[in-house]
Amino acid sequence: MQLITNSKGKNKTDILFDAVVYLVCLLIFLSIVYPLYFVIIASVSDSTLVSTGQVTIFPKNISFFGYSEIFKDARIWTGYSNTLLYTVLGTAVNLLFTLPAAYVLSRQEFRARRFLMLTFVITLFFNGGLIPTYLLMKDMHMTNTMWVFIIPFCVNVYNLIIARSFFENSIPRELFEAASMDGCTHFKFFLKVALPLSKAVVSVIGLYYLVAHWNDFFTGLIYIRSNNLQPLQIVLRDILLSNQVFSQGAGAGGSAGGYAQQYADQVKYGVIIVSTLPILIVYPFIQKYFDKGVMIGSVKG
Amino acid sequence: MISKNLYEHPAQPRAHKKPTVLNTFKRDHQLWIMIFPAIVVIFIFNYIPMYGIQLAFRDYDFSKGLTGGAWRGLFYFRQFFDSYMFADLMKNTVAISLATVILSFPAPIILALLINQVRWKRAKKTLQTTVYLPHFISIVVMVGLLNVLLSPNSGVIGHILSSVGLGDVNLLGSTGTFVPVYVLSEIWQHCGWNSIIYLAALSTVDPQLYDSSKIDGASRWQTIKHVDIPALIPTIIILFVLSMGNVLSTGFEKVFLMQNALNLPVSEVIATYVYKIGIISNQFSYSAAIGLFNTVINFVFLYAMNMIARKSSDISLW
Repeated sequence: MQLITNSKGKNKTDILFDAVVYLVCLLIFLSIVYPLYFVIIASVSDSTLVSTGQVTIFPKNISFFGYSEIFKDARIWTGYSNTLLYTVLGTAVNLLFTLPAAYVLSRQEFRARRFLMLTFVITLFFNGGLIPTYLLMKDMHMTNTMWVFIIPFCVNVYNLIIARSFFENSIPRELFEAASMDGCTHFKFFLKVALPLSKAVVSVIGLYYLVAHWNDFFTGLIYIRSNNLQPLQIVLRDILLSNQVFSQGAGAGGSAGGYAQQYADQVKYGVIIVSTLPILIVYPFIQKYFDKGVMIGSVKG
Repeated sequence: MISKNLYEHPAQPRAHKKPTVLNTFKRDHQLWIMIFPAIVVIFIFNYIPMYGIQLAFRDYDFSKGLTGGAWRGLFYFRQFFDSYMFADLMKNTVAISLATVILSFPAPIILALLINQVRWKRAKKTLQTTVYLPHFISIVVMVGLLNVLLSPNSGVIGHILSSVGLGDVNLLGSTGTFVPVYVLSEIWQHCGWNSIIYLAALSTVDPQLYDSSKIDGASRWQTIKHVDIPALIPTIIILFVLSMGNVLSTGFEKVFLMQNALNLPVSEVIATYVYKIGIISNQFSYSAAIGLFNTVINFVFLYAMNMIARKSSDISLW
């Protein structure tokens, strides 16, 4: 690295190379940022101007019709509060089940370690498939309850491996031996020493779990029939894809159909923002741990 | 609490017999308590359904539960192979997943090499933060975005396309554009995130290699070719083997959400068919058989790719 900054005579090809690199990077940057930015400006612009392609860089004729429609829609708030509950409770259960298990699997002296790791890893390649799993949930009376979002699959084996590798590499083995001389038990050591030293990995897998719960569409689709229990993603599907934008059914067509459709798009842009906001808020705080987290996971798969 | 410490100490080797699960149980009982919940959950929700796979060989008998129905052998498999859907399902599934693997596999490698060339720290950080972001958008929102942005009459990308004379194509509702839209949006969403692992591999390259290639007068391009890419090879092979294990499994959710009456001839895949046959029409045994068929093919591919990788490069999963 030093040599590059110190080099005085950059030749022409290197400058050209840099120019191409930065240009391509800029294009990639824009191709990701612009669609997202467009959704933001489209959600607050006049919907006629948006649909005729006149809103491109700045919002025009600012209108919050979409958002006010969203705030009035009970379905969205039911979905939102359901998902909030599933996410908070679910992530807590995930961490409660995953972290202690990862700690145990990181202990060299634990004799069943290799066997248990193998039985866990097998589940990554083999599974019973949709139908046997569905029938099991039915037999356990978990379908159409909130618990189906929280208990099944609360240990994700990938996250377990990430946490285990972290504990293995960052908690020196001698540390527990020294602590156990002073009468420290595994419970205490885990809570008072291992966890506080592992904030990075707890944040990373906590975020993975949190996002997985927030974005979970499949569980609702397969296991939930009752509207009061549906998570946000199912409501979003109805609004964004099945075009049931207005709860009163005004979007359904008829003479008002074309008129309503125009406003429907504005509601859709708004819904995309409102539903993705919580993740965008958490993201900046945790993204600094990403490189670290993935690196740990890849040390030994 | 003076140590009745049983931990092996290198300084004072113990004359005891070899530690086993049983004779260390008392010492490690707290560890067992800590891992017990995870064992229970994985056993119930992963291993019991595996046992339930035998449903694919049996009739489903509501009163006798998952494994109580009459044995039918390969009847449901044969029903699937003989059904008029079989050829289309296979063709669609292979087309979508192969296109995804072939096109979206190299993308993060190229992106990582590119990001690695950016010397300006601030720009690099900003670019990384940006390209990781779409990974966190939910599939429903992603497909919703495609719907509003690609809509031929009102979407911004629809407008851009019509300004270059491609306006009349309904990108979401035609059989010719389903796979390209699926694959490109997949790359848009996950390429950045998948590049992290390659960037991590690049960051472990010994800086001396860069120095010496500089001294040898290598150009930037030659450095990439002879230093960066060789450093990525092991990661590339492992990830490629893993991705081949998914060759017959498209993500259910995205295909399902992108389906509509117009693109159904190319968008009905095994996963969505299993859902429709099993969950919607309650033909449990038949759909379990289709699901099992899918799993087996995937595993065969994974196994074969792993063999090839091990034979040709000594890098493999197991």
